[in-house]
Amino acid sequence: MKNKRRKFLKESLKTSFGILLGADVIYENFLPKNMLPIAILEDIVFSSLPGKSDLLKVLNDRPINAETPPHLLNDMLTPNNLFFVRNNGIPPENIDPKNWSIKVEGESAKSSKVYTINSLKENFDVVSRNLTLECGGNGRKEFNPPAKGNQWSTGAVGCAKWTGVRLKDVINDVGIKGNAVYVGYYGSDTHLSGDPNKNTISRGVPIAKALEAESMIAWSMNDQDIPLLNGYPLRLVFGGYPASCSGKWLSKIVIRDRVHDGQKMSGASYRIPCDPVAPGAKVKDEDLCIIEDMPVKSLVTYPKTGAIIKQNQTLPINGKAWTSSESISKVEYSINFGKTWSPCELSSAQNRYEWQAFSAEIKFEKVGYYEVWARATDSLGDTQPIILPGWNPKGYLNNACHRIAIKVEN
Amino acid sequence: MSKQSFDTNKSWDALLRLLNLIALIVICIIIYIPVKPSIDRYMNRPRYNKEELKKMSVARSQELSNDWDRVEKGIHVQTGMVYDSNFKHIQSHCLSCHSSKLITQNRADRAGWKSMIRWMQKTQGLHDLSDSEPRILDYLSKHYAPKEVGRRPNIDMKELEWYLLQG
Repeated sequence: MKNKRRKFLKESLKTSFGILLGADVIYENFLPKNMLPIAILEDIVFSSLPGKSDLLKVLNDRPINAETPPHLLNDMLTPNNLFFVRNNGIPPENIDPKNWSIKVEGESAKSSKVYTINSLKENFDVVSRNLTLECGGNGRKEFNPPAKGNQWSTGAVGCAKWTGVRLKDVINDVGIKGNAVYVGYYGSDTHLSGDPNKNTISRGVPIAKALEAESMIAWSMNDQDIPLLNGYPLRLVFGGYPASCSGKWLSKIVIRDRVHDGQKMSGASYRIPCDPVAPGAKVKDEDLCIIEDMPVKSLVTYPKTGAIIKQNQTLPINGKAWTSSESISKVEYSINFGKTWSPCELSSAQNRYEWQAFSAEIKFEKVGYYEVWARATDSLGDTQPIILPGWNPKGYLNNACHRIAIKVEN
Repeated sequence: MSKQSFDTNKSWDALLRLLNLIALIVICIIIYIPVKPSIDRYMNRPRYNKEELKKMSVARSQELSNDWDRVEKGIHVQTGMVYDSNFKHIQSHCLSCHSSKLITQNRADRAGWKSMIRWMQKTQGLHDLSDSEPRILDYLSKHYAPKEVGRRPNIDMKELEWYLLQG
């Protein structure tokens, strides 16, 4: 009996040890199969942008800024790996979405509350909206005299399906005092200098914008996690305003009794001359006003610029148009440098701030070099200039019509 | 052996088996916890085929073996910046903090570059450049000066890639 017991004990110990050894061996076996040591493999993966396509044009790698070429914006909803990146600092690491929380407080808040992502999901209506985000500096590259900063061409824009809660539901839950003026944000990214006491960017929107039905706190982009570089696991999304208002890696929301005075709310950042100035003018800080509504704009997303077609061929074009006003009312194209304009087919949006698709079939009478220009007009009657709009020191709000080059041959 | 002692032995055995089983489970859990992140990382690793891996490893080793100081056709390869005798001042004062791309994508005259330096000193913690400052300004205003392009530049024909669009 005693022996039997010992044997049983021994066997079971061997089994447990076997699992121990087995686990070790299995784990060890994993590595050589990769051919490369895992450290090198990771280095390669992270040397391109995490979660992003190599087709993005990288303007700056510290901090990461990358734009989407126009022909890759042909989808109604921009895929997550093609959505542009405009970072001001270094994204946080080791993110734990289960324990991620935001604090809502401020001089004009009636209380101070903390919400985890789960408690947002449980306590408020979960909504999905297709919202266009565009960097205030999109198109900076064309300004003359040149403006400093990332030289965005046309690709600091994208439209995605955002899922989350309405910002107004959350700030109403905290309570808004009558003297509230602005809603600001803080994020968990760190300053390039590594100084933990420096905020990289802390902007916001007037209270009326924060209370719009389309203003969101979102945890999902196109039914997936938001990419790390676009603010995983939680961010603000405001359509129609410079994308810098839509705080990423959201950690705090402040309801202010004054215009929010966080990082990049003052100086020349995201501000333009209150009154128009001549190109190259020196403008004092006090003569600059905060950018709010983004202007009407459009892009030809098909074909890619540089297409050569035969004279008997019809050229189909597709594009996207967006505005901060109610909607886009028409899109036209010109193939004679603006001499005449022809209408495009225009789709309607599912919700405000979603971009609208347009299309046309173009016939060319003669061979030669052409440019297809697209020009959108919104419900306010605002349209796009064909040369550069008003010069401003930091090169914001270039909504000049998009142009693609076409060659027609025999 | 009486019937009673046989029963005692039997239940003693059953108890031991149970204890063994519990010990086994506890050991499994203890082993699993530290190993789990590694297993997860492995299971979620990016999948590449052998050809891709080989290409990546070759590209990576070439990249690593590239000389930091290599200059091709007047361009410093690692940074993509124009190479001249003043470049070392850029390297030590500018590129230790930010990407060379922040310089190469911008254009400004001497006063414009100077105002950017002042802005970095005022808001970004840039140090006093002392004797290097005039050399840095020489370099930037020479190689990264604005071009006169009017109210709107032409579509860049040098950057354009013509292709046949299939009808």
